[in-house]
Amino acid sequence: MTAGVAIRQRSYLQGPGRLLLAPAILLLLAASIAPLLVTIKFSLSDYRLLFPDSSGFVGLSNYARLVASPDFVPALVNTLMLIAVVLAASIAGGLGLALLLDGPVIGRGGLRLLVISPFFVMPPVSALLWKNLLMQPVSGFFAWLAALFGLPAYDWFSHAPLLSIALIVAWQWLPFAALILLTSLQSFDRELREAAQLDGASAAAILRHLLLPHLARPIAIVVMIETIFLIGVFAEILVTTGGGTASTDLAFLVYSQAMLQYDIGAASAAGLVAVVFANILAIFLIRAVGRSLEA
Amino acid sequence: MSGIVLEGVTKRFGDHLVTDAIDLVIPDGAFTVFVGPSGCGKTTLLRLIAGLEDIDSGRLLIDGVDAAQTSPAARGLAMVFQSYALYPHMTVRANLGFALKVARRPRAEIAERTEQVAEMLNLTPFLDRRPGALSGGQRQRVAIGRALVREPKAFLFDEPLSNLDAELRAQMRIEIRRLQQQLGITAIYVTHDQAEAMTMADRIVVFRDGRVEQAGSPGEIYRNPASRFVAGFIGSPRMNFLGGAIAAKHGAVTIGVRPEHLAIDPAGTISAAVQAIEYLGSDSFVHLGAQSGETLIARGVPDLDFRSGDTVQLRIAPGAVHRFDADDRAMPAPAPAPGANIFEETV
Repeated sequence: MTAGVAIRQRSYLQGPGRLLLAPAILLLLAASIAPLLVTIKFSLSDYRLLFPDSSGFVGLSNYARLVASPDFVPALVNTLMLIAVVLAASIAGGLGLALLLDGPVIGRGGLRLLVISPFFVMPPVSALLWKNLLMQPVSGFFAWLAALFGLPAYDWFSHAPLLSIALIVAWQWLPFAALILLTSLQSFDRELREAAQLDGASAAAILRHLLLPHLARPIAIVVMIETIFLIGVFAEILVTTGGGTASTDLAFLVYSQAMLQYDIGAASAAGLVAVVFANILAIFLIRAVGRSLEA
Repeated sequence: MSGIVLEGVTKRFGDHLVTDAIDLVIPDGAFTVFVGPSGCGKTTLLRLIAGLEDIDSGRLLIDGVDAAQTSPAARGLAMVFQSYALYPHMTVRANLGFALKVARRPRAEIAERTEQVAEMLNLTPFLDRRPGALSGGQRQRVAIGRALVREPKAFLFDEPLSNLDAELRAQMRIEIRRLQQQLGITAIYVTHDQAEAMTMADRIVVFRDGRVEQAGSPGEIYRNPASRFVAGFIGSPRMNFLGGAIAAKHGAVTIGVRPEHLAIDPAGTISAAVQAIEYLGSDSFVHLGAQSGETLIARGVPDLDFRSGDTVQLRIAPGAVHRFDADDRAMPAPAPAPGANIFEETV
């Protein structure tokens, strides 16, 4: 059976089969490799839109300038911090929501729909909602809430810009985590929970010793998928703080090099650094997730 | 002492009455088997006793204390589930010790109790394996061990052998029974398999439609079934039922005769056609079609000098007739002929 499948798989990759696949593969290669090659070429060239006359090969000087620039290290750190905070908040919050929605709640169907809804809001829209309706230091909801308790309003984006952006992004990813964890909770064997109850386990002990091990895989999957998307957080930064050292991540650094400083060469270099960074992160993630998937 | 007493225990799921005012005394230290067809409420009753379902009305006394509102863990009962419900991420050792761990017992005590129970159930070589790496019988023993560790007042078994193959089932049947007798602990065992009930029980409770149909020792239930339902449910092959003129001759609407009390005898009064013969070595069963239309089974025919299609005469052993009235309830036995009383047989 297995051998038969293997033989069949090999056979259509041989001879004329390969030839027939070639156009599709070439198209894919062209679409994915060509931009990369062009980017590499740009990153090694003097290509500034403000100086259209200057051009030519400059070696690694774009990279050297990028690494030496005061924005680079903060951007790296910001990217990591953003990913860490959003992952922690969305998984912790998502787990809480999933546990609540797994129980017998009145109007569970409607509640689930509400929980999912942030996922449908476009990132710039949700960032604007948070900025102008919730976090606005004069007329925002949080300011009103603080005033209710006689506290001074907190100016989110000037005091904690990265944390504020992380909060917004976490809110967007909360439904994803909640949904994945909820479906996994629903596949948890009822008899296992009952056995633990008879063994005298409290709700906290059931969570710690049974549910969390059960959720290890879905949590690993949430971490992996969210990280892939969080490396490129951009819109939320653009519409809230509009950059600045305290809230610029790698993706935004590329944007500011290209579109604010019109330096295509430096932007390409930053882009390639981001690709390398993402791959390093991916190696660690795949290792960690792979391990928890095997267990 | 740990008697369990049920008084008018009722449970509804919506409009459906799952257990209907059940009064029952579970004798201390005995092996009680709840048996009945699926959907008869036996498992629900077990879950009510365990505390996994709430009792709608009635009282549940454990050791003379009303435990209907007590949490499952505080009732001091241990349950073995049909799926075993072993914690998949823990080793056998951690599974066995889990109840003690969440009760915050000292580490040394947990280790000692775990080893002791593993020893008792021959699980010592598997202590560091996960449940996924165990065979069905080993998982079953871990599930029992997990119940044992807590030193419960009573064991509750919910069809624990239904996932095992026939040979292992027979072996575990004896093992569970031996363990229960060795520990002298009260046990309630739910099954739909009448053979399991007959072989294991000190006391059988037969359920039907959320009510207790009959309770008694296996011998009592086999010999004096209270109704046609119990008579047909307990015993394999099942009891033969005859209506019409033959029943009327015995003053009943239906009569029941067990296969072993039906003899093929030229002097018999019932004529029937042989349909099939099952020869099992120590036993043989002859499937017959009576002229009145009923399908009958006769057991243990010594010399099989007939074939399928032959017509034979059947004789009912004297005093072996069970009589049932129009409501299918058992009628008192007729005055027995001297020297031929099957009811004097002791078990």
